This record gives sequence, C-alpha cells and structure tokens, in this order.
Amino acid sequence: MSLTNFKIWHFRGGVHPYDGKELSNQVPAQYAPLLEKYYVVLRQNIGKPPKLIVEKGQHVAKGQKIAEADGFVSAPLHAPTSGTVGDVADIPGANGPNVPAIEIIADGKDEWDTGLEPIKDWRQADITDLRHRIAEAGIVGMGGAAFPCHIKLTPPIEKIIDTLILNGAECEPYLTADHRLMLERTKAVLEGAAIAAKILNVERILLGIEDNKPDAIEALNKLADQYGVTVVPLPVRYPQGGEKQLIYALTGRCVMTGGLPMDVGCVVQNVGSCAAIYDAVAEGHPLIERYTTITGTPVVNPSTWIVRIGTPVREALGFAGGTKSHAAKLIMGGPMMGFAQMTLDVTVTKNTSGILLLSAKETGAYTSDPCIRCGRCVDNCPMHLQPGSISVMVESEHFHEAEHLNVMDCMECGVCAYVCPAKRPLVQHFRRAKSEIIAERQAAKAKAAMKHS
Amino acid sequence: MLTVLISTIVLAIVGLALGLLIGFAAKKFDVEVDPRVESVQELLPGANCGGCGYAGCADFASAIIHQNADPSNCNSVSSEALKKIGLIAGHEITVRERKVAVVFCSGSYSHTSHHEEYNGIMDCRSASLVGDGDKECHYGCLGYGSCARVCKSGAIEIRDRLAFVHPELCIGCGRCTQVCPRKLIRLVPITAKVHIYCSSLNKPLKKRASCMNPCLACKKCARTDSSAVVIQPNLLQINYSNPPAPDFPERVKCPTGVLATAEQHLKLELLPANCTCGKETKKK
Amino acid sequence: MNDTMKQNEQKNMPGCEMLVMSTSPHVHEGSSISKIMMQVVLCLLPVIAASIWHFRFHAVLVIFYCSAFCLIFEQLWDMALHQKSTLKDGSALVTGLILALNLPPTAPWWLCMTGCFFAIIIVKQLFGGLGQNPFNPAAAARAALLAGFSGPMMTWTMRAPAMLPPTVQKAAADFVTSATKHAAAADFQTGATPLGLAKLASGSESVMDALSTSEMYWRYFIGNTGGSLGETCALAILIGGLGLMFLRLIKWQVPLGMLGSIALFTGIVHAFAPELTPGPVFHILSGGVMIGAFFMATDMVTSPMTGWGSLFFGIMIGMLTCIIRIWGGYPEGVSFSILFMNALVPLIDRIFRPHPFGWTSTRAAGVQMRRGEIK
Repeated sequence: MSLTNFKIWHFRGGVHPYDGKELSNQVPAQYAPLLEKYYVVLRQNIGKPPKLIVEKGQHVAKGQKIAEADGFVSAPLHAPTSGTVGDVADIPGANGPNVPAIEIIADGKDEWDTGLEPIKDWRQADITDLRHRIAEAGIVGMGGAAFPCHIKLTPPIEKIIDTLILNGAECEPYLTADHRLMLERTKAVLEGAAIAAKILNVERILLGIEDNKPDAIEALNKLADQYGVTVVPLPVRYPQGGEKQLIYALTGRCVMTGGLPMDVGCVVQNVGSCAAIYDAVAEGHPLIERYTTITGTPVVNPSTWIVRIGTPVREALGFAGGTKSHAAKLIMGGPMMGFAQMTLDVTVTKNTSGILLLSAKETGAYTSDPCIRCGRCVDNCPMHLQPGSISVMVESEHFHEAEHLNVMDCMECGVCAYVCPAKRPLVQHFRRAKSEIIAERQAAKAKAAMKHS
Repeated sequence: MLTVLISTIVLAIVGLALGLLIGFAAKKFDVEVDPRVESVQELLPGANCGGCGYAGCADFASAIIHQNADPSNCNSVSSEALKKIGLIAGHEITVRERKVAVVFCSGSYSHTSHHEEYNGIMDCRSASLVGDGDKECHYGCLGYGSCARVCKSGAIEIRDRLAFVHPELCIGCGRCTQVCPRKLIRLVPITAKVHIYCSSLNKPLKKRASCMNPCLACKKCARTDSSAVVIQPNLLQINYSNPPAPDFPERVKCPTGVLATAEQHLKLELLPANCTCGKETKKK
Repeated sequence: MNDTMKQNEQKNMPGCEMLVMSTSPHVHEGSSISKIMMQVVLCLLPVIAASIWHFRFHAVLVIFYCSAFCLIFEQLWDMALHQKSTLKDGSALVTGLILALNLPPTAPWWLCMTGCFFAIIIVKQLFGGLGQNPFNPAAAARAALLAGFSGPMMTWTMRAPAMLPPTVQKAAADFVTSATKHAAAADFQTGATPLGLAKLASGSESVMDALSTSEMYWRYFIGNTGGSLGETCALAILIGGLGLMFLRLIKWQVPLGMLGSIALFTGIVHAFAPELTPGPVFHILSGGVMIGAFFMATDMVTSPMTGWGSLFFGIMIGMLTCIIRIWGGYPEGVSFSILFMNALVPLIDRIFRPHPFGWTSTRAAGVQMRRGEIK
C-alpha cells in the first residue's frame, strides 16, 4: 500500500521531551533467565480480579491456568513456569497499596501444559472460538490500561467498526519494548492484527508508529501488504500514542468527550497485545511473558527483555546488570505516565512496558509554588483543557468548578506538569479531583437507587 | 456659626425621620420567630460545625422545634443543655454520651520506617493517591494534616507527621473522621480515657518492622483485665462499652506503649527511652 | 560462592535505598519561574540601556531605587510573615524594573519608594503574592502615583536633543497666543512630551501636523523625546519585545491586538477629525504604548491564558487607551486601560475557554461525520 497520499492529522498541543530511546533501542531483546520464585499479582486487569483455582502446594505446569475470569470484564492468569503454588500473600502493588499475589516456586523444568490447542488455520476458524481463545489466554491491553482484550474485540452489535488501529507509536520516552517487538516479532504482530481484524470483520488495519523507529517501519513494511496492514509513520510528538490522539492522527475522527473509540468506528490495540493474540491463537500460548524495557541512566546495561509476568523488579534489574549510580526514582512504565515505586519488591504485570530508573538530575522535583498563569499548560494540553485553572480550583477543593472545567476529560498524560515552570504537581491535583468527583457520583447514584427502591 | 447650626438641625431631623421609619418598618414587617428556636439555639454550642447534618446551629435549632430533629445528633452539646432543649422542644430526649475524636495511630515519622521520599501535594487525600503515602505502614497516619485543616475547633495538632487530638478542645463534630483517607479517626465516648493507638491489621512481625509503637497483639492488656479490651486478629481494641479507668496503662505496662491515655499519647516522643522493641528494625 | 555473592550484590541494587515517590510525569522540561523572570530581565536590558543612554544619571538612579525598594519590600513582607524568602523567584526585580521604566527621569527617591510599596505590598502581596494579584503591580503603582503625585509624575527634564524642535514649538506658541485660555501652558515650549502637547493643543491641526512629521517619527522611534524612562525609545522596546516573543514568554496576540486596534482607531479618528489627534504612527510610537504592549499588558499573571482571549484583551486595551488619550482627562492612558482590562481577565478566561478535544456542538458533530468518511 502506498503511503504517499496518506493524510495524517496533527493534534494540537503535546510536547517533545528528550526520549532517551538510544539507551536501549539497538540492543536485541533477550529471554530472561528462569527465576526461583514468581509472584503473580492477582489483579492485573481493569474490572474484576480473577478467581484463584489452585491450592497451596499444588503442582502447576507452565502456562496452566491458575486463576479464572470472574465475570465478563476479567481476565484469567497463568503460571509463568512449571512449579509449586506457594502462599497467597500481600506484596507491594505497582499502583501503591499492597495487593494479593500468588507465589509460584519454580521446579526448573519449565514444562508447558496449557491445555490450549494451536489453531493453525485461524482464517477458517470460527470467530467465537477465536474470541474465546483470546479470553482464555488472559490477554489484556499491554500498553498500560490493562483492559481485557476480548471485550475490545466484542463490540456491541449497534456499533459499526470499520478500522482496526494498531498502536505502535510508543511515544513514552525511554521505552523501547514495542520498538524491539515490532522489529523482532514483525510477523506475530501483523498476524495477530489480522486475527483481530477477522474477529472484528474489518478490512482496514492501520498501524501508527512514530518515525523515530525507521528500522521497525522498514521491517513492518516488508510484511505489511501480506496481512493487509497499512503502516503509517507519525511525527514524533508526545502523546502521539494516546488513544484519542492516535485515532485522530490516523483517521481525523474525534472521540467525543466521555466516548469510546468504538463510537467513531475504531478499535485500538497495542502491538504487544497483537503479538499476544498471535501466540494465543497460532501457538496456543497464554500471556505469561512480555517485552519489557529495563532502562535509565543508572542501569548498567539498558536493554529490552522478555520477562515473565510475576518477576520481581529487583530480579529484573539484575538481568540488565543492576545499577551503577544513584537512582532517585523507580518507575513502572514510562517517565510521563508511569507510576513511581517505593520498593524493588513490586513485580512485573501484564501491562509493565518498562522498568525505568531515573537519576536525581533527570527527574524534576515538584514544588508548592503558585500558578503564575503563564498559560503554557493550556497551549500544550492535547485535550484542550485549562490545567492551571483546574489545579487552582482543586487546591481550594472546589471540585464542582473543576468538573465544569472538564477535568474528567483529562487523560493524565502529564504534558501540563512537564511544561509547568512553577513545577506544580498538576496530575496529582487532577487525580484528586477525579477521585472526589467519582466518589460523589457514586454516592449520588447510591442515593438515587435507595430512593427508587 | 449659622451654617453649623442649620446643618446640625437638618441632620437631626433627617436622622429622626429615618429612625422613625426604621422603627416603623421593624414593627410592620416583623417576622415572627418562634421564641423556642432562639432559646434552643442559645443552648447549642454555636460552633456551626455541621456535624449534625444541618447548615448550622440556627438551622438545627429550627429543625429541632419544627421537624422533630433529634437534638442528640449534636455531638458537642452537653447533657444538661440537652435536657433543657428537651424541655423546650417538648419531646423525649435520649441523652447520648458526648464523643471526642481519637486518631488511632502512634506512627510518627521518626517512629516508623520509610524508604522513600514523598514529593507532591501536602494533603493526605492527595498523597494517598500516589503510592499510598510514604510511611511503610499502609494503615497508619499519613500526617499531612487534612484533618487538622478541617477542624474548626483547632483540636488537632500535627507533630512529626502524626495527628494528635486534644480531647479538651474537640467538640466531636466528626468532620475529621470524614476526610481521613485511612479512616483512622473515630469518635469515641468522652468517658473513655484509655485508647490503643494503632489501626494496623498487619501481622505483628510486619508491624514491628515498620513501626516502633504498634499493637503487637501480645494480649498483655487482656490478661490484666479481659473485659477492658476487645480481641481481634492482629489488633486489640478498647471495649468502649466498658472503658477501663485512666490508671489502666500503669497496670498493664504495654510493651510498646501503644495502650495509653490521651495525655501519655501526646508525649509520644518520650516513648523510645523505655521501648526497645522496634529499635533495631528502624531503617535510616 | 563468588557467583552468589555477585548475585547478592546485584539484588541489593546500590543506589536504590531512598526512592522518591511522586505522581507522574517524572521528567520536567527544565523551565522555572526564576528562569522566566531572568529571561524577562534579559529582554528588558535593551530598554534599560536606551533609557540610560537618553537620561544618563537620572535613569541609573531611578532604576536603582526602584529595584532596590521592590526587593527590600518583598523581603520585609516575607520576614513579617515568617515565610520562605521569595526574592529568588525574581518577580520583585521585574516589577521594580518595569516600574522604574514607567517613572519620569526626575522621580525622587521617595516617589520610587511609594511606588514600590504600592506595587509590592498592596497590589501583589496583599492579594496573596505571586500569581494571585489581579492587577499588574507596575501599572497599578504608576496609576496610583499619577493620581497621588501628579506634580513630580508630570515633570519632564530632557537633554537638548530631546527638546521639541523649533517647528513644533512655533506651532504650539501660535496656538497658545490664539487661544488665550492656554496662556499658562507656555512652559511646554521648553519641556513637554509630545503626548502632553497633543492633549493641550487639542483642536489645533497645525500642532498635530507638526507633531506627526517623519522627522518627529524618527525621534520617537529612537527615543529623542520626553517621557518616562523606558517608554521613549520604541526601537529598544521592539528589540526586547521580539526577544520576549522569541523566548515564548508572551503571547503575540496581546501586542498585536493592542497596536492594531490603536492604529485602526486613531486612524479613523484622525481621518475624520485631524485637528483632534495626530495619526496612528504618532500614537503607537509615543507614550507608553510600546512598553505597555510588550512588557506590561503581557504580564503572565494578569493577562488571559488563551490565544483568542489575549487578542481580545489586547484590542480592548488599545481601544481604551485611544479613548483616554483623545477624550480623557490625562494625556496618557495605557496603564489605566491595562488595569481596567486586568480586572476583566477572569471573565475573558471564562468566555474564551477552549473546548475539550472531541467536544461537539451540533455543528461540530456534522463536521466530524464528514471527516469520518475517508473510506
């Protein structure tokens, strides 16, 4: 497919931070060595956490289901290696509070037994079977949100989907996991996309990729025609990989306030999820490992690793040679939207695209300085909000005012705080406002329900 | 001279006329206020704390008279005043015990372990959204003073990142209990003088590693007086339906000092001298 | 054995003992308030240099007084409130410099002190400090001094090249003799600002013509004229203002709207009543329009946050300035117009609030559907 006439829409706002990708983007991804113990966090998806179906002391095989989906918006979990099930204990979670996790003590044999038969001729297979397989493999959105994948591939009947968009933008600085994945597992990504397209019954598959990955674009273009995928290089601009921004860039369609991509006929899948779909369908392997970038200036060998789900960060950093200098921050994900961690005991989950260490020099310290109304946040906000004004409202606890200023549309991309000269913790203000507004809405809902009954 | 005189007279006449007008208007447009509402309002504390669920004491007073609201919904009114209100309002009043807020935590910053620094908004509710605070114990006081900021009577003091309630200042409105993201603050009867200042449901070993004054659930207090405490897994609580006497801490000699009266708790920084249980685990 | 030791060492991860916990994003562009203020000071340097060139020692003295007093008052306020010193953010220095550039060269020290007190304590700190003040401190202080001490605020001394040329003086003298009511105004022959003259001689077309010759324009442009320290040299202000725009410290919409509306408005008035006021070039180059448009109206704290709002803000300041200049009681109206529009900024921000991405009215929805049809 020719790209010369492909129209790219440029979203307004955004920034271009130092991307730090040269630290790790030339290093081929490696398989992480087998560890003695894995801690698989129970809740790895948006929605209900899955139900545990194994007992302490039970022997499990690699890829065996250890927790099954509890309801529709839920995804099962699988053993990262063969071994014995240990305790279910609380470990520090990547988002703050402690979370329950299953301990898997490896037996060193690493034997597969998934109970999932490869569907080699998926083109002839039944769509329901394919969907079921994706649900059974526990695939979630691997870009960060961890939304169960099979739901995205089951749009309501009234929505007409005409485009499948693959998100290979990887606009987060420092991360190179998707880059390496697209370069090394090109066929899996494209074939996974073709499977998803078959399930959705769409013809048009667009792959958005930032043009700072020329080698990946070249590799993709070689095979793209075979699977009916159009590879679209996009200008480097954070947050190009934001769902709404990506849809706009590729199709010119605006997802409405509070709307979903399927409202404008699009389904967005991360390239990692596509590769996982391929593994699940054509290989019969559930999601037990993922590409994760272990990087940052304090890391000895910044590189991308294929890490099992449940690997403690302490061990994962060890794969990359450990640290060589003082690290001020440990971040799960990228520097713009990732979560800072307080201990090395957190574990890799299905949506850990990167483990990043930043030195004190690289990270900015937040202050409680006042807003000087310079308007840089307004100029750069990709959602066209007024972050400065919202934060002032939240500071004085005027959450209704913040709601009027559309704080609920904020996607927490962090552009405003990145450019703020007063270094105000703007995103934290927005999270506070959102949590208060959601709590209030739920309370109002509960009240209304009580009145109704 | 004449000008001064004239202007004085004119001003006096205008003043007199306006005064008469106001007096007349006051009589003419007088809104009749139930005298009972006023007398009830005088008996209410007048702090307008909003703890009763009404807009303020005046609103509450009129609700007591006109809508049969329960006067004991006010936490800070004394029992004598409550009786008087009952007489005025003319309905039966169950005298409820006065309550004060207690922060069930002894984990000041220097007494807890923490291996990270927090950099962000100095507010408990905001901090709890980012990695759930910087103290290792995820049940303890965050210490950014959200409760102190909403307290209208200034009864909450933040010292070394731990909230202390001064019971003699607390009016028991309960605003602090609503804003605490950890739900550490509860209203307890004012007659209870002894409290177990811990809320952690962690296992004792883990508590020891993260805090110098946790309740280790050693049950020493329960052995001293089994009716004074309620035994729960990993955590003991004072039995507030039968609170022990103020000398209870002396009798028990709680090894971590977490069982204390409010006065002893306020002198928390003096504790480490006679407490060695958590010292070796405290990290720098 | 060695291997396990190595492994242990790795597991301990030196350098990860004290991690910082904060919300995302974890990287920052590197800008800061003090950096912004220093950049503003940098952009003020050409203006300061021009004022020193034109007014020599007077300028040095006034600039020194104002910046020193502003810093002192800021420090005193912080000390009185037992708070961390805010001197470092540089905003007091910027206020002091801009105020100095708005004072006449002969301003005595006590005038500077009063102005600085008003700007820092009353306009800025009493409203809550940096970022909270609704009014531009320098403009407010200038307006207050103009109202309270109009004598020293209207006394202009200038070097010989800045005197009004004989042609203008003659035209003015003719007008004075013809209109006897202006007999007291004879002193402007020696030292008046062009704006003051235009105000006094309102109704005389010959004076207006004499004021707006190309030779006079050149004088205004390079600053060989009477006026406040910083407002005379349009060239220097233009250099500094372009610097501000280049550093993205100001929104280009404000100066554009202001200068554009002044040009348009005075152009129309001049075309219909040439005896009332000189033409647009005179108005843009004379008085405080240039410094107001680039350095005062654009103050981040007191100007709107959105582009369209800024344009509207600029246009309105321009219109008000013209109205005050032509029909008002003062010869100059820039600081008054800026203050007036400062008060309206919250309203402007509310009216020109951007729609969130994906926002749709019925019309916008139609556009969206058409965009969607790209198959």
